[in-house]
Parts: sequence; C-alpha cells; structure tokens
Amino acid sequence: MLSSRHLLGLYGVPKKDIELILDTAKTFREIIERPIKKVPTLQGKTVVNLFFESSTRTRISFELAEKRLSADVLNFSASTSSLTKGETLKDTVRNIEAMKIDMVVIRHSAAGSPHYLTQLIDANVINAGDGSHEHPTQALLDMYTIREKMGKIEGLNVCIVGDISHSRVAMSNIFGLLTMGANVAVCGPKTMIPKDLEKLGVTCFTNIDDAIKFADVLNILRIQLERGAASNFPSLREYHRLYGITKERLMKHKKDILIMHPGPINRGVELSSDVADGSNSVILEQVTNGVAVRMAVLYLIGTRTEEN
Amino acid sequence: MKVLIKNAFLVDPQVNLNTQSDLLIEDGKISKIDTSIKDKVDEVFDFKNLVIVPGLADVHVHLREPGREDEETVQTGIAAGMNGGFTALCCMPNTEPAIDCAEVVTFVKDRAANSLVDVYPIGAVTKKREGKELALLGEMYEAGVVGFSDDGDPVSTSKIMKYALEYSSMFDLPIIEHCEDKSLTENGVMNESVNSTKFGLPPHPSLAEVIIALRDIAILKYTGGKLHLAHISAKETVDVLRQAKKDGLNITGEITPHHFSLTDEAVASYDTNTKVNPPLRTEEDVDALISALKDGTIDIIASDHAPHSIEEKEWEYIYAPFGMIGLETSVGLTLTKLYHNKILSLDEIIFKMSINPRKIFKLRDAIIKPDSLANLTILDLDKEWIVDKFSFKSKSINTPFHGWKLKGKSVGVINNSKFFFEDNLIDLI
Repeated sequence: MLSSRHLLGLYGVPKKDIELILDTAKTFREIIERPIKKVPTLQGKTVVNLFFESSTRTRISFELAEKRLSADVLNFSASTSSLTKGETLKDTVRNIEAMKIDMVVIRHSAAGSPHYLTQLIDANVINAGDGSHEHPTQALLDMYTIREKMGKIEGLNVCIVGDISHSRVAMSNIFGLLTMGANVAVCGPKTMIPKDLEKLGVTCFTNIDDAIKFADVLNILRIQLERGAASNFPSLREYHRLYGITKERLMKHKKDILIMHPGPINRGVELSSDVADGSNSVILEQVTNGVAVRMAVLYLIGTRTEEN
Repeated sequence: MKVLIKNAFLVDPQVNLNTQSDLLIEDGKISKIDTSIKDKVDEVFDFKNLVIVPGLADVHVHLREPGREDEETVQTGIAAGMNGGFTALCCMPNTEPAIDCAEVVTFVKDRAANSLVDVYPIGAVTKKREGKELALLGEMYEAGVVGFSDDGDPVSTSKIMKYALEYSSMFDLPIIEHCEDKSLTENGVMNESVNSTKFGLPPHPSLAEVIIALRDIAILKYTGGKLHLAHISAKETVDVLRQAKKDGLNITGEITPHHFSLTDEAVASYDTNTKVNPPLRTEEDVDALISALKDGTIDIIASDHAPHSIEEKEWEYIYAPFGMIGLETSVGLTLTKLYHNKILSLDEIIFKMSINPRKIFKLRDAIIKPDSLANLTILDLDKEWIVDKFSFKSKSINTPFHGWKLKGKSVGVINNSKFFFEDNLIDLI
C-alpha cells in the first residue's frame, strides 16, 4: 500500500512506493493492449480533473486512465470556470467537493496548489503539474519507460537537458530518480539551472557533449517557445546550436543512448527530427506508458484503505 | 494617584540599574525607587519574579489606517502593541492614501491621541510612494514624523535616494530603506536557495537586498545624512553594514524576530503566513544575523508587523500578499530565541528594543529613575506560553507562529499615566 493518500510530488516518496506504482503499471500496461481495455476497479468513484492551466496531453491521458478504470469522470477547466468571476480556489474546490467526489486531479500554475487543496477538502489529490514545482506522474512514466527499456534504474546515468529552472518535469524526475538510485545530471545554459541544484546530489553540465558522454539516458525537455527569447536565453537559434540534440552530435560518441522527451516536441530546437524519430527514441512509448502509470496511481490511491 | 510596585526586579542599563526594589509611581511619574517603600498609596502590586525594563519601542509596524481599516487600525495596533509589551510604535506610510503630507501625519497622530502607546508616524520619501518626486518632507517633519521611508518598496532610483538623504539631513531624520532590487526579485516569493528549487517557487534572491544596500551606502558616503536599513535578512547585507559602520558612516540597521526565528524551510508547508518580504532565508543567514546582533552591527529588533485579512492570505502561495503580524510575538520570540539561548543578555535586549530605537528615531526617552515619566514594560522572563493567534488584540491573525511554545512574555506596560495589566487599562491620575 502507498504511504500517502495523495500524490503531491515525488520528493520524499519512498522507494517501495515508486516500485509499487511501477509494478502495478506493468499489469495495466498489459491490460491496455487487450481488445477490451476496461476494468471495473474504480466503479462508483468520481474523479474530477481540475485543470487551471491549459493542457491537452496530460488531461487526455488522465481521462483515459480514469475511464479505463470505470470511474465517473468530470472535467473542469479554467476557461469554463468561475475563476474569471473572482472565485477563490478555496471556494471553487469546496463547491465541487460538495457534489460528493472522491478524487481530484489538479493542474495549476501556482506551485503548492495541490498541497493547499489537501487542507481544504477530504478527497484524494493527485498533482498533474503545479507551477515549476512537480509533475509526479510524468516522472513516474519516464521511470517506467527507463526500467522497461534498460531493465533497471539503479546505477544508470540519466541526464535531463533544457530549462531546468522552470521545469516541474525535471524536478520530479530528479527526486524520483535519486530515490531509485540513478546517477542524475542536468544540462543546459547556466541561466536555466536553478541555484544550489548540486546540493540535491545532481551533477550540472553546461556543455552538451559532456552530458552525452555521461548519459545512458537523455531526457530532453521542451524549450517553451511561448516564453520567447527575451528571458534567460538569447535565441532559439543559439539554443539549438549549443544544446540541440542532433544525430550528428550523438554519432560523435558512438554509443546507444535512450532518447526521451515529455512532449510536445519543438522539432529543430531541442531535438532534430532524425533523433526524435530515430531508433533510440521512445517518445511515443512514453505516451502509452503514461496511461498505464496513471491507471496505477489512480488505482492505488482510489482503493487505498486507511489503517486505524 | 499613588501606585506602589513591590519586589520587582528593575533593569535599566542607562542608569546601571539591576536590582530588586520597590517602585513608587505618582500620577504617572516615577517618584521613588527603594528597597522598601512604606508610603501610604492607593494601590499596591506585588511584582515578585517580574522584571521591569524601560518601555519597549517597535520602530517598524504597519497600522493600515487610513485605507485598510479591515486589517488594522491605529487603535487595534495600539492594543496589539500594549499586549505585546510596547509603549512606542513607529508606523510605516504605505497606507491609502500614503502618509506623504502633514494632513495624513496629523490624522494618524490624532487617531492615537491620549493612548498609552506613543505612535510616531514615518513619512513617505516620495509623493504617493510612487518613487517619482520627493514628498513634502519638511512639512511632515514639522508635523512630527520621525523618519522617511517608501517601505514596501525600495527608494526607486539613485537620484531620488541622493535627494532624499540630502534633504532629510536638514532635519536630522533617517531615511529608512527597504532594500530590494526589483529587477532581480520580479515575481519572486521566497528566498532563492535549494529550497526554492525544491518547492518550485519563484526565487527572491538575497542578492537583491545587498545590491540596494551597497547603492545606498555609496550615496550616503557622497551626500551625508542618516540611513537606516530596515528588516535586514541576508548575511551579505550584514557584512556591508558592518563595513559601512567601520568606515564611520551614519548608518544603522534592524532585523525582525521572524528572520532570526525561521528559515526558508518553513515555506515547505506552503503556508502563506510564511510569505514575507524580505523572505525567510537560510540557516547561514540566521547565524549571520545573530552574530551581527551580538557584535552591535544590528542596532534594533523591530517586528515589521504587517496585518493582512484572511481573505487576502487564503490564496495560492504565489498570489497571497507578503507580510506577517509580529507585535504580539516579538518579545516572546526574542526572549525565547536570544535571551534563553544565552545569545543576548537582558541589558542587550533592552538596547535593541528600547534604548537604540528611541535614540536613532529620537523618540521620547524611557528611563527608570525618579522624576521621569513612568514608561515601562513588565516582563515575565520565565513564563511559558503557547501562541494563540485568536487571543491577539491585532485585527489580523496572519502569523506562522500559532501554536508555538515560547518562554518569556510581556505582562504589562505603563506609559502616559496609564497602566495596562491583566487585560485592564488603569488610569494612574
């Protein structure tokens, strides 16, 4: 059984919990290959997807996972919400809870919102991404994919490349991978690496060739085009020149490296097409695994019984 | 009216007083200090095991009036001050409208009239605190302000700071600086450290504080005048203040109890009551602040009492306003963290919370000697108590210290011929 009735992040989550989720996900991964993909596990449970920040992939992945577990699913997104009318998060979620729901999946631009939610309502809370803080199910599906492909996580050299300072995906991966015993590194321009990251036990590279030399796995983050060039890096062109992962660059090192990306990809910026579509890329498998991992999380939390 | 206080321990380093004695107060004035006073009096209090010190002063509070009377008023701020052990408060001008002209100064003083607590307004440096033009510093000086500050924001530019120091030097009043380079803090809500990375919150680096301190010190060297650095939170700022004092500049500094009692670890809960500006820093910063208190680099402990309504604080961390209240926990935290941990002696605490603030801001003296006005704080140094925000006199309850067990408390104050004790206000005339 999981140690907590919520999944707010991977920081502090014990190894046995992560292993339980990954093992459970393996079962669900088999189920979703069957002609009939639905199981009755969460029948009668109501799950609300509370998305205060736009998201397509994560929301669809969660929704699919919920439906395949036979939960009743309610979608709430900021564009159709009452937030524009000045209602606080507190009132919004209390209203929704008053309709008797069991679980909330929340995506919010403010770090800590899922934690705040646990103080307001009794439902189980699953963090689907909060600000630059954590995105635990993404990291779990990344770890699942690594374990499937490499046979283990412990002892592997995993490097996360890109804008680390604004990335919840990076943070959850760092926490989870460290717990699982991987050697974790990040690589990116110095302006995109948060202060004192080494104190967490992470190696920081600023040169991509050093990172490639180190890595068994490269997890390449999306450079957010919407952020533009004005903030902490000069231009996309320069980013691609210094950090873009191209076949040519990988060839120099003559080794197989697992290529991962949480999507959506900016082709030609952080990743060239020949790498994204190449034989070492597991980007689409990550997406499939994501549904299985989310089913595992929903199942383990939704069927958890409190010990008295 | 004659009031006799028996068996109290009287401590005042200004007159080398440190003794158990009786104290006779006649019509609000100290008339006699002696080991055994036998005069016929109207009322007797036995203060055995209690300590009487000069009335404490908090030179950095936000009383929110005019403008946000839903959060605090001058009168509720005074009540919180009395309950916390203070007989003097200096209130910051970031009200609505701002305290930027004589009329608003007079308004605030009128609100505080005939109170036990003396309220000294601080005037804004710039009109409407907009950072564009100097406010009416001369007219506010005449109306009775004790310093100038755009607190909440730094003095906007080097040019305005230069003018402000030059102009205020004509009245011998300090400019009180909120050190923050806004281009570095932007949307930041917590100290930049491994913890801001862990908690995923936008960083508010200590670099922003020291940069403005360095700027202001350079200007102070050039212009002369008096500079007071408010709520210093970072090790680097302490270091530059220490050097500036060595260089003989007319500069002073203050820190808050929350900056020496908490670190940025407290933000882990995402409790918006831990969101303050400047933010809670690291253990290393706390150690530096404490050393600076001991070696005299830091002159004053002040609370930066910043009331906010529940509605304003019940938001996601990044959206909640900065600030926590402090008037009713300041003495308790100081005695618990500094006195009982043997970092500061009681004499040193009296300097940081009464003598220095009164001298730097030219407030009325508080001195324990015959013929002086009885301006006193009564402390129970060993009283163990649990912070209960719902028992506060302040109109707001935004404190992260609710439920903390503290040792040492103010149990009463005397000033302006009024005596606040055990929740009663007694007239001494």
